[in-house]
Amino acid sequence: MSAAAGSRGARRRPSPLMLGCLLVVAAIAACAATGTLLAPQDPGEQTLLTGVQPPSGAHLFGTDDAGRDILSRVIAGARAALVGPLLVVAGAALIGILMGIAAGYRGGWLDALVMRCVDMMYALPSLLVAIALIGVLGGGYYAAVGLLVVLTAPVDVRIIRGATLEQRALPYVEAARTVGLSQRTIMFRHILPNVAPLIVANSFLNFAYSLVTLSALSFVGLGAGPAEADWGRMLSDNLQLIDANPVAALAPGAMLVLLATSMNLLGDRCYERIFDRGRR
Amino acid sequence: MSGTSVRARRRRAARVSGRWFTFAVRRIAALVVLLIALSFVVFSLLYLAPGGPEQALLGTRPATPALSAALREKYHLDESFLRQYWLWLRDAVLLDFGDSTRTGRSVSASLADRVGVSLFVGGYAFTLAMVTGVPLGVVAALRKRTVLDRGVVGLAVVGVSAPAFVTGVFLLYVFSVALGWFPGFGAGEGLADGLWHLTLPAAALALSVMALVLKLTRTAMIHALDQDYVAFARARGVPERRVIVRYALRNALVSVITAAGLVLTVVLTGSVLVEVTFALPGLGSLLVDAVENKDLPMLQGLMMVIATVIVLVNLAIDLLYTLVDPRVRIGSAA
Repeated sequence: MSAAAGSRGARRRPSPLMLGCLLVVAAIAACAATGTLLAPQDPGEQTLLTGVQPPSGAHLFGTDDAGRDILSRVIAGARAALVGPLLVVAGAALIGILMGIAAGYRGGWLDALVMRCVDMMYALPSLLVAIALIGVLGGGYYAAVGLLVVLTAPVDVRIIRGATLEQRALPYVEAARTVGLSQRTIMFRHILPNVAPLIVANSFLNFAYSLVTLSALSFVGLGAGPAEADWGRMLSDNLQLIDANPVAALAPGAMLVLLATSMNLLGDRCYERIFDRGRR
Repeated sequence: MSGTSVRARRRRAARVSGRWFTFAVRRIAALVVLLIALSFVVFSLLYLAPGGPEQALLGTRPATPALSAALREKYHLDESFLRQYWLWLRDAVLLDFGDSTRTGRSVSASLADRVGVSLFVGGYAFTLAMVTGVPLGVVAALRKRTVLDRGVVGLAVVGVSAPAFVTGVFLLYVFSVALGWFPGFGAGEGLADGLWHLTLPAAALALSVMALVLKLTRTAMIHALDQDYVAFARARGVPERRVIVRYALRNALVSVITAAGLVLTVVLTGSVLVEVTFALPGLGSLLVDAVENKDLPMLQGLMMVIATVIVLVNLAIDLLYTLVDPRVRIGSAA
């Protein structure tokens, strides 16, 4: 039934789709790293006299209502698109590792407590909670990042706990315990490396999710400020210009979808590989 | 928790229904506790807001002594914190969340005005998503590992990755600005006009919901088709159509129903963004407006209503699930 034959050779070489995804991520990372160097014009420079223009030779993607070059702003927006989600991913992974491994390995009341909390938070619609809390308490972009860490972490905790439970039953853990290694050493030197691939795979999916959520926050006017080059923000600001220069709204949207899709595909592929390895 | 699956399975039907009743009561009790905790957090926002409760209730209005006094009186600000909470909760149960700080209208009246459009878009999108997502998921599962399957799964990944507001802007451009087939804003009057106005928002929202439904259906269907009863049914010569629909799909849909809470979250989140994109007068744009205007009573009302809907739907799913699938372990779930 299963198409096991021939998959071994194919597994070595990444598929064109995966290469494409990596290329997208690399290109966006390059834009983020070089910042404004790559941009043809200063992304903040305004020429109010000309105002909004459709795409032309001078401005490949046209300009917005303040006369700012859209292509340059899309390139400059790469930084916000990478930094925020990366912080969320790192924070959620850290909480996930600490709480997930401890809950899975120790079990007992700690496990029960942690999982109760995780269950409670699982059903929360992150974006709505973030809109309401940031809206009332204020704090802008970095408050949004911090809140998203808390709201994303339950996913990590649950996955890492599950993987730790599986590892705990394996002989190497028992051997380590028999030798008399401390709990901390077993948890973080022995179990952690074995659950790490799962954390990486999940981090790709978390990245896509937090990118979309952070952009959505900027889209509704929370998060990034109006002067900042942020894809979600550009999308909402330039929505009213959709007749004069549709590219101004469509380009940042397309970049968002491209990056999120690439990350999701890479994450799915990582999961597949981990699953395949387990099956062999 | 009491009872193991083996013991639970051996109970006779009468005993099981009694246990189901206890299960339901415990589940409802747990949810009431959860809602009370949530309401406490929502009420506390008044005190967490910068400037304190009086400033929060003033909103963007200028502070005159008369207005301040009226607000202190209306919202019982001179009482103790816990008593204030109790009075607020008592009103909230009766759907009285106070007045909007921006319009001065009662929050519940504003909610009632807006809820229709949101329900329309959400229901429309949900229908579109189910009608397309389930068949596509089934087809992908039947043609597992073929080009068709890859294509459908690819569509699902894009659907999951593309937030509803981005899809909305693209649909808006193509079908409203470039082709002019659909209006770009407003909700329309009456059913036919409403359908015409709300097709683009619903389609934008439906794409993310459909992607989720499709993925869930595909996974569940692949699992179901792998079961012995399907192999036996095929061996007995049951028509393939019947095997797929009556045997596999019916069982697969049970696990799709379990994920309805997740689907609801996607619908709620997506509808907020879609309503902003298409300038629709729904609950989502009301939420964003309330945030923009620092309209705290409105926010509190919206949050309580949304939270209650989520909690009730999850309860309904839990209860239905145990009825539909008697194998589910009752007792350990609560």
